[in-house]
Amino acid sequence: MTETQTEAVPKTKEPGKFITILRLLWADKVATTAAIFVLIVIGCAILGPILLDGVATKANLRGRNAPPFDLSKGFLMILGGDQLGRPLLARIIVASGNTIAVATGAVVASMIVGSSLGLIAGYSRGRLGQVIPRLADVIMSFPSLLLAVIVLYMLAPSVGNIVLVLAITRIPIYLRTTRAEVLEIRERMFVQAAQVMGASTGRIIFRHIMPMILPTLLTIATLDFAFVMLAESSLSFLGIGIQPPEITWGLMVAQGRPYLTSAWWLSFWPGLAIILTTLSLNLLSNWMRVALDPTQRWRLEIGGKKNG
Amino acid sequence: MQSFLTKRAISSGVSLLLLIVAVFFLSRLTGDPTDLYLPVDASAEARENFRELHGLNDPLIVQFGHYVADLVRLDFGESIRRARPALEVVIEAFVWTFQLAVITMAIVSAAAVSLGALAAFHVGGAFDRIATFFSLIGASAPDFWIAIVAIVVFAVGFGWVPTSGTGTVWHWILPIGVLFIRPFGLILQVVRGSMISALGSAYVKTARAKGVTPKKTIFVHALRNAMLPVITVIGDQAAALLNGAVIVETIFGFPGVGKLMIDSILQRDFSVVLAAIMVTALAIFLMNILIDLAYAALDPRIRY
Amino acid sequence: MADRDMQGPLLQVQNLTVTFQTARGPVHAVRNVSWHIDRGEVLAILGESGSGKSVSASAVMDLIDCPPGIIETGEIFYQGRDLLKMSRGLRRTINGKKIAMIFQDPLAHLNPVYTVGWQIEEAMTIHGMAQSKAQAETLRLLRKVGLPDAEVAAAKYPHEFSGGQRQRLMIAMALALKPDVLIADEPTTALDVTVQAQILQLLQELQAETGMALLIITHDLGVVAEVADRVVVMNKGEIVEQGTAAAVYANPQHPYTKRLMAAAPGQGALHEGEQSSPILELKDLRKSYGAFEALKGVSYVLHEGETLAIVGESGSGKSTTARLMLRLEKATSGQAIYKGRDLFTLSDQELFRMRRDIQMVFQDPTQSLNPRMTVYQLISEAWAIHSDILPKTRWKSRVAELLDQVGLHSEHMHRYPHQFSGGQRQRIAIARALALEPRVIVCDEAVSALDVQVQGQVIALLDRLKAEYGLSYIFIAHDLPVVRDFADRVVVMQGGRIVEQGPVRQIFEHPRERYTRDLLAASLDPDPEIQARRRAARLGKEVA
Repeated sequence: MTETQTEAVPKTKEPGKFITILRLLWADKVATTAAIFVLIVIGCAILGPILLDGVATKANLRGRNAPPFDLSKGFLMILGGDQLGRPLLARIIVASGNTIAVATGAVVASMIVGSSLGLIAGYSRGRLGQVIPRLADVIMSFPSLLLAVIVLYMLAPSVGNIVLVLAITRIPIYLRTTRAEVLEIRERMFVQAAQVMGASTGRIIFRHIMPMILPTLLTIATLDFAFVMLAESSLSFLGIGIQPPEITWGLMVAQGRPYLTSAWWLSFWPGLAIILTTLSLNLLSNWMRVALDPTQRWRLEIGGKKNG
Repeated sequence: MQSFLTKRAISSGVSLLLLIVAVFFLSRLTGDPTDLYLPVDASAEARENFRELHGLNDPLIVQFGHYVADLVRLDFGESIRRARPALEVVIEAFVWTFQLAVITMAIVSAAAVSLGALAAFHVGGAFDRIATFFSLIGASAPDFWIAIVAIVVFAVGFGWVPTSGTGTVWHWILPIGVLFIRPFGLILQVVRGSMISALGSAYVKTARAKGVTPKKTIFVHALRNAMLPVITVIGDQAAALLNGAVIVETIFGFPGVGKLMIDSILQRDFSVVLAAIMVTALAIFLMNILIDLAYAALDPRIRY
Repeated sequence: MADRDMQGPLLQVQNLTVTFQTARGPVHAVRNVSWHIDRGEVLAILGESGSGKSVSASAVMDLIDCPPGIIETGEIFYQGRDLLKMSRGLRRTINGKKIAMIFQDPLAHLNPVYTVGWQIEEAMTIHGMAQSKAQAETLRLLRKVGLPDAEVAAAKYPHEFSGGQRQRLMIAMALALKPDVLIADEPTTALDVTVQAQILQLLQELQAETGMALLIITHDLGVVAEVADRVVVMNKGEIVEQGTAAAVYANPQHPYTKRLMAAAPGQGALHEGEQSSPILELKDLRKSYGAFEALKGVSYVLHEGETLAIVGESGSGKSTTARLMLRLEKATSGQAIYKGRDLFTLSDQELFRMRRDIQMVFQDPTQSLNPRMTVYQLISEAWAIHSDILPKTRWKSRVAELLDQVGLHSEHMHRYPHQFSGGQRQRIAIARALALEPRVIVCDEAVSALDVQVQGQVIALLDRLKAEYGLSYIFIAHDLPVVRDFADRVVVMQGGRIVEQGPVRQIFEHPRERYTRDLLAASLDPDPEIQARRRAARLGKEVA
């Protein structure tokens, strides 16, 4: 019963964080594919408008509604041409710029505002803690599409305004999640231990609470990115989102609608682009939920077998 | 229970009031209906008459006062477009939406809960993977795109169902089919996750130690515990449908409240917009009460 | 009876090896484990956490999930038939009917959404009993396990009962069909000592009445001493020793068992502290949560350099006192005088300075250490907050020094808490508390979550540090033997009040109050002979 005999520490060398995450990603091949696809889309969104804008807007009457898989008109026409003979592939790549920009803007804005409000609501024991969640309830009770229509009707349907509308409707998600997590984590013993040491509120929030919430927020943001993309394309489809000559995937689907029976590809390809991107984001989010949760992580560490 | 109901009614009432005020003033900023309803070359006198008739001449705040005064007498105003009481127009449309929502949610809930529970029983099995994959696709697909692809394939291509409108049972199939996909995917994911944790719980271990059969373990011991988060999602999805499935209603020419709302905003038919908001808000309020009752019925630890 | 004897034991596990797939490859949960149990016998499987003591019972009950668990070798004979060769369906007819099981944490193991009556009935109806008969049986069982108002109780839900009552419900459910074997997996862990004594007594009575075999899985030597005829000692997935409980205690053979028996608390010399000057004084401390009074006027004094133990059962308010003193919660009224100042009226600035002097070590180091910080960050945070203690250039060497002092290697400072064992984590928590150079350390159940051997090591560490740093401890605990070995003075609390306080010898040897005596009587001694004497005395008292 001497206290000098200590238990042996497992002598495993811990690799760096980034490597660990890559390894966990590699363990789930579906998630890896999804991640690669998302990276490609982001690459297109950044580079596409710079490189292909000229090609994508040049009308070519001989290529009107040209069918897909015909390489005779050049590689960019592989997905066919639109009603003005512009190559669909180039247009989809260029449109990814607006689509991703709107979604990114809305997600980042709502995440920052929502989680800050949630932090305040969760940590302050006073009046603010009561009022802020009500705010979320009010926003939630707004039919979001109605809000969008009214705001976009009043203000011009520009990219900035669309981001604003979408961001407002998504704030409650982050606010509620953050608040719930803060309420739980602030009662954890390590937060109390920090209090006993005399840590300031700022230190407790940013050193102890935020790092615990961040994985959850990132998981939700990934999922929400998909949701916001769908919402934006719905607005564009209804004609109250982005206005031509700007293009987004949702708008392309709407523009192709009159030609559905004669040239299905006009609507089909941009729609497929939306599905594949949102699907990839959903898959990534699912993977993150497992990978970032220490109690679930073993499912990935064991390997792709996903048992039990 | 009574105090709970009162509390809920008050908080919903406050939200609704804020919403009405916001919509009333914001919608009037979108423009003057006169420009929309009278010909461009209408005389100044005709315009004046039109404004007078619809009470658009008063300052906004006075208009609002009139509106609220009428509202207290349960008068929701006239539809400019249809020259009928706004409430009548809205209720007509809402009945369609309500039917669509109830039928869709009934099918979705039954399918998602049973399939999700089965998927959770053999995590990683073939059935689980297929169900997860399709539910993810369902949750990822834009409904407008599914709708037009469905029209091209099933209505135009095969000619099995009509492209749009109402009238026969066949008219319901595509709208329900399209509306089914997203909620099904979302709810199935939640059921699966919730069931996985319920099946891993200690009380399921007890049931196994008692010798309870697997079927009874899943559907009696685990499912009832797993239903709470599921009901929340079902409620959210049902609320979205009750607000009107704008896209699907527009594409399929379905005369529901979502289409009515969008049309009315575009036509600056303000009384209809406001009446529609109130009717759907009331419906959602009642549904939320039902959901809270369902919580209490499922979990004895919840009491109001 | 005779023919069964010829078939061998009632339940027999032979050469069982179970492997679990984990992130670090396959782990043998148990290896070549063999034991047997007979009708009317009480067998205890004794082991620390991670020893695999529950695994063979799980295998008996078909509760091992495959994957990740695999039963590699072995047989489990019940009345001569191998359970592992039976179909799932056939095993279900044995589970609950012939072999029943109860668990630790009955709240989690009872289904929260069904009435307890329904759950007990189900245990009978699934094995073919008619509903009406099962209903009547349920009421009889509820009375039998000592729940008043059986009709009312049957219609209630698990959350409406206390911890001890819930374990009684589990027992009623398990005994519904008069099983041949009852397996009890840590049945009294997390229960208060007096409740533990009642539950063990109930189990013994029921066993004597039905003649069933009782298998108790436990980490607690006291439980073994109280109930077991024979004991199987497990370590790291293997059986190291087995024999009668008395023989294993009195004469352990294996080195591991020897260490285990030596580490049992409550055997050391009593501290004889001399009185020094007071350092901290609580005066008439009160705390209410709404209408509920958690503390009803508590006063005690902590002297310089002493260890003051606060003991009591759950709900006694022993932890609330500490939380109020450390200003984690606001006191309703009362004073806490430290160095002549009332802690409750300090300004934020003064409070910040006072934090250095009074530190805390929490019950569960897994939770009290931020999982995303390295050991270095955890310990040096103290100086990041109180920057005047140590310049940043010296942090590293000081962390190394502190780690060395608490018996850890300094090269471990860049690891994360999850890479350490429970006892090592508690050492880190102690090092963190020391970093502020406090005068007083409050230990809130600081060793309760640790295995008995590790417990002994951490207590010895605390004792040594006390002398080195001139510390005073407030040691909050429910475990009396640990308190007996460690404390100078003891405060006994019950229901928000102090029942009795005094030097450790007085409390343990000449308790004045009835509650203190009950508490001491309920606390189990690791020596089977002492427990047998106490049992006899108890029975004698009941007869008289």
